[in-house]
Amino acid sequence: MSSVAVKKGLGASVWEYLTTVDHKKIAHLYLGTGGFFFLLGGIEALFIRIQLMKPNNNFVNEQLFNEIMTMHGTTMIFLAAMPILFAFMNAVVPIQIGARDVAFPFLNALGFWLFFFGGMFLNLSWFLGGAPDAGWTSYASLSLRSEGHGIDFYTLGLQISGFGTLISGINFLATIINMRAPGMSFMRMPLFTWTTFIASALILLAFPPLTIGVFLLMFDRLFGSNFFDVTMGGNTIIWEHFFWIFGHPEVYILVLPAFGIFSEIIPTFSRKRLFGYSSMVFATVLIGFLGFMVWAHHMFTTGLGNVANAIFAIATMAIAVPTGIKIFNWLLTMWGGSIKITVPMLYALGFIPSFVIGGVTGVMQAVAPLDYQLHDTYFIVAHFHYVIIGGVVFGILAATHFYWPKMFGTKLSEKMGYVTFTLFFIGFHCTFFIQHFLGLMGMPRRVATFLPGQGLELGNLISSIGAMLMAVAVIILLFNVVITSIRNKKVGADPWEDGRTMEWAIASPPPFYNFKQTPLVRGLDTWWLEKMEGKKELTPAEPLGDIHMPNNSIIPFFISLGLFVAAFGAMYNPLNSVGDGKSWGLPVLIIGLGITFGSMLIRSLRDDFGYHIHKEDLLEDDKGGKVG
Amino acid sequence: MENEQVKNPNLRAHHDYRRKKSAKEMQVQVITFALMIFLTIVAFIAVGIGDFSVKFIIPFILLLAVIQVGFQLYYFMHASQKGHELPMFFMYSAVIIAFVTVLAFVTIIWW
Repeated sequence: MSSVAVKKGLGASVWEYLTTVDHKKIAHLYLGTGGFFFLLGGIEALFIRIQLMKPNNNFVNEQLFNEIMTMHGTTMIFLAAMPILFAFMNAVVPIQIGARDVAFPFLNALGFWLFFFGGMFLNLSWFLGGAPDAGWTSYASLSLRSEGHGIDFYTLGLQISGFGTLISGINFLATIINMRAPGMSFMRMPLFTWTTFIASALILLAFPPLTIGVFLLMFDRLFGSNFFDVTMGGNTIIWEHFFWIFGHPEVYILVLPAFGIFSEIIPTFSRKRLFGYSSMVFATVLIGFLGFMVWAHHMFTTGLGNVANAIFAIATMAIAVPTGIKIFNWLLTMWGGSIKITVPMLYALGFIPSFVIGGVTGVMQAVAPLDYQLHDTYFIVAHFHYVIIGGVVFGILAATHFYWPKMFGTKLSEKMGYVTFTLFFIGFHCTFFIQHFLGLMGMPRRVATFLPGQGLELGNLISSIGAMLMAVAVIILLFNVVITSIRNKKVGADPWEDGRTMEWAIASPPPFYNFKQTPLVRGLDTWWLEKMEGKKELTPAEPLGDIHMPNNSIIPFFISLGLFVAAFGAMYNPLNSVGDGKSWGLPVLIIGLGITFGSMLIRSLRDDFGYHIHKEDLLEDDKGGKVG
Repeated sequence: MENEQVKNPNLRAHHDYRRKKSAKEMQVQVITFALMIFLTIVAFIAVGIGDFSVKFIIPFILLLAVIQVGFQLYYFMHASQKGHELPMFFMYSAVIIAFVTVLAFVTIIWW
């Protein structure tokens, strides 16, 4: 039950992580698993760029290329970017609001394990007859005709991991609404907490359409229904709508937390409070709202009609306004600040121009007539990589450096960080800037190869070289992580010295109960306020007392495992459209669901009241003894 | 507990106030409930009478449904009371988003 450095056997550590409900350990799990999938998606990206390095290349064949391209997108969005952001949310948000854990620690663990098994299921497709090959959007007209089980891995895997994401999103909403420390009003919440809150609200509203869409597609392919089959009276366009009603808010689910991370980093290293705090909050909420009103801009060429195209074009352009507010607020936060250039700050500085380029090309595509020219070209690829890498991945890398001390108690090497940043930044622009022009020259996206003599050779070569640079940068980052872990040089509570929010007031890594006494929040940038008044600790809001803690549990693991087993049963059921149904399909489906619902039943019937850490043990902890 | 309430004048007043308020609330709830049943009957009659065109009946029933949802939220789920602001904010956000979605579906998919 201890989070302190008592030497434990490997088995005990593994068991601890399998059963943990502690938000800080779940953060480690999310970071590790998300990081693994990030590397996997990165390798897939490299394969794409190697294939497109020269014309008529045959490094991979067309079918394999489609699979790699699909899995690159799906993995990066669902299994890498979101989970890694969840890692930082878990590690930081409860502490930022002065809570001891999230509102539902058990559900937090369940959310992680559902994501884990969903991701594993999706990637097992590589070994079981081929990965999904209809793009990450998996448009029904294409995916219904896909041979083999690739698309079934997509629908079932995303269904399972989607449940996990939905559960985690609801959990963060409940946490932020109910678990704030005394004095932590909404308008005193740090920006990362705010963006997590809005992103969670977006998850709550955006994931149900995806769940429904994927569910219908799953039934079309596995159980003989015809929701999307035009020849049987279905409507294939509905999939596109469902997908993008989810898919567009998804972009904001990814980028808002990244905005939050930069809104923490920039004031910290400018040694100045965030400029225009309330307008930042307002802009975040507004982006959240508008995010739901613009999905059809992905479908301008579908034939929605002029009126619909015009409405969605205008709504899309409107999003540039709150985003612009944010950009100017960040610039004005730095204006006149005493700026310290650290690795996280470097990423923040690189983020602003990169993201603005992505935003500007976004507004260009919002012009519906121009989009007819740009649609399905490399211009689009360049645009969304500028937004996702320039915004989200820079945010993730910045947060990795920024929050590493808080999560693991050691500090990543700044020197190697500079090298990583430089290579990654140059490699990123090298890869994607030229793709704008490839797109304008007419290179379609998602093609497995291109012909010589069309003026596309040089651009693609430059792009592939850039991808290699990014790969080298990530390898150096990995090396950095390994070296830092081996050196294991512990740092103090506030390793950046200029921490503003509450997480920097408690030890790194924090004790498993976070706060001995719930802190009293006396204003925005709580810890900064206390530091400026010469205090060494937060002001407590309660006397020292017993702390109620939840018990660890293996049940989340089994609930998720059940769905993982059931997914195999559903895929090989006798009705499936591939025609290789097995007689064991149905029994396995039932057994899997039995494991899931049985685990839920055990959870419901067994009373688990948790345990208390006693006051005496906490006092003992002060004197150097360890609770546990 | 009962005794304490009788003796302490402060608690006594509070208790009386709460009683009066609950009685009033109960009255409103009964009226609302009757109204809701009435609206349901109206909806059935509108369809059953058979003289109205479909173009009238569908919007009319939808309107009655909206009123009923309002009754439900504000009189039975206490949406107007203090401490319910945030749930209501989420409800209205979801309603707006769902409305836009349905509107788009009926106007640009099933035209």
